[in-house]
Amino acid sequence: MVTSKKTLIVASFALFAILPSRLMPEIAAQSKPSRIISVIPAVTEMLFAIGAGPQVVGVGSFDEYPPEARKLPRVGALLDPDLERILSLRPDLVIVYESQTDFRRQLERASVPTFVYKHAGLPDVTQTITALGSRIGRASEAASVVRTIEAKLEDIRTRVQGRPRPNALVVFGRDALALRGIYASGGVGFLNDMLEAAGGSNVFTDVAKQSVQATTELILARRPDVIIELRPKPIGAEDLKKEIGVWQALSGVPAVRTGRIVILSDQRTVVPGPRVAEGTELIARALHPEVFAK
Amino acid sequence: MSIRRRVALSVVGFGSLALVAMVSAPLVGSTSISLRRAFDWSQPFDGNVDAQIFFVARLPRTLAGALVGAALATAGVIFQGLLRNPLATPFTLGVSSGAALGAMLAITFDWAISFAGISAVPAAAFVGAAVAVAIVYALASARHRGLSTDVLLLAGVTLNAFFSALILCVQYFADFADSYRTLRWLMGDLDVSSYEPILSAVPLVVVAFAAFAWLAKPLNLLSMGSDSAETRGLSVVRAQRGAFLSASLATGAAVSVGGPVGFIGIIVPHLVRLLVGSDHRVVLPASALFGAAFLVGCDVLARTLIAPVEIPVGVITALIGGPFFLWLLVRKH
Repeated sequence: MVTSKKTLIVASFALFAILPSRLMPEIAAQSKPSRIISVIPAVTEMLFAIGAGPQVVGVGSFDEYPPEARKLPRVGALLDPDLERILSLRPDLVIVYESQTDFRRQLERASVPTFVYKHAGLPDVTQTITALGSRIGRASEAASVVRTIEAKLEDIRTRVQGRPRPNALVVFGRDALALRGIYASGGVGFLNDMLEAAGGSNVFTDVAKQSVQATTELILARRPDVIIELRPKPIGAEDLKKEIGVWQALSGVPAVRTGRIVILSDQRTVVPGPRVAEGTELIARALHPEVFAK
Repeated sequence: MSIRRRVALSVVGFGSLALVAMVSAPLVGSTSISLRRAFDWSQPFDGNVDAQIFFVARLPRTLAGALVGAALATAGVIFQGLLRNPLATPFTLGVSSGAALGAMLAITFDWAISFAGISAVPAAAFVGAAVAVAIVYALASARHRGLSTDVLLLAGVTLNAFFSALILCVQYFADFADSYRTLRWLMGDLDVSSYEPILSAVPLVVVAFAAFAWLAKPLNLLSMGSDSAETRGLSVVRAQRGAFLSASLATGAAVSVGGPVGFIGIIVPHLVRLLVGSDHRVVLPASALFGAAFLVGCDVLARTLIAPVEIPVGVITALIGGPFFLWLLVRKH
């Protein structure tokens, strides 16, 4: 009896060993991962938000939030994931962006399970959180994070409902102290979705691209009522005043005439992660200050 | 035909082409405006969008195109004459990659400095160009009494490669939006949105053009080889130094205004030579005027072809210039 039990254990190990190696990741995929790596800021935020922070063993070079994430080993980013460092951390799940096809193939060759996602618009943020939650065994936490985001977005939508929707230019890149090299959100993508949710109307809503080179002529012709500049890096009060002053050259633009130029230097507005609703609120405050006065 | 007549004739011909381009370019754009409103002085300028589109968006852009086109085309003529190499361009000797490195650094590290209306990116581009020119010049004159054009060429090409590596390095550490902007800078952009960048480049280009006027005859002599030029009384070293420094100055000024717009410096001189011969006294003014007309025309295409989306002007010049240059190569042999 004892022998047969032993045989059974040995046999089950043998069975496991002879399984085709390509099936291995799928078996691993069924278990709850305990060593997760994410190289994209938005996903790192998501993992921490759904309580998987302790399971994260490596983050991307640009990941700044939450502060705990900064203490973890950095393993490259979207364009330059450091495979060697990643493998040395012995991950049992690596979150991969859809465009990282080579990276994904390398990981699969090394039998490291992956979770592939992509974010195009605002709805993708909550979808990714839900999918990530069920993948790592934190479905209920994910559902609660999603509920919070959706409630917040809904609250913003209700507050701005029925109010005039100002035409807004959402700038995410510009040369310092000059009106050159200006890139703005086009009519698709999460920045456009955030603007719409915040009760604004994109001046480039007809351009089906995520980014538009906003030339002087286009800015003048589209006449934005509000200009919102999003900056990932912080800016001092003195520089802020100077950067807003640069726009005075375009006095034909309503936003310039009425002084409605807002520079938001806040990660929440540019990272499509779990804080996206807070970012949306910042934009809504810029568009409808009277609604959020209190 | 006397040289005076040939110069006058080509200036009138190419000049009217440039004039037509510069007068008609501000009339078109990604939006249609009412010219009557644009020139209606009774309206306050602040509220007159048509006037602002004309005077703030289109006119500076057209002037920038003319200045950059004229500077790059003539710089191309000078470099081809100096190096006695028809394949030379204003960017062969490292000026543009120096400028590009400067611009990359300014964009990536968000240098927020500005003086006299010049913002960080064009200023850094100009400084970068000057650094590259100084290095190449020092190398080429280090072990020679004069200026070795062989060393000039080799040092320039090597510096180009080295600076390109540094550019990739800087770009690698830049974040996503910044590296997109740096890449876009390399494609050339004439949307200057004010007159200050043009006004600050004009004095530099004027100095360079004055030197070009003096260089026309020496370059004609140099084209027969430096030994025979010397026997005809030309101070070859002085002419070479003047040519290198003045053409670099024009290129640096042009690149700081519009970015490294490719192909102008090679197709314009060749096309002009096909039409007027190779006497630099005719080729230089004709190239300046034709270069201006050509770049202004390309920029019109850049901003109208798929408006409201803008095509980088360097892409247009390369799309026209590439096939044209290949045709030129096949035709010559």
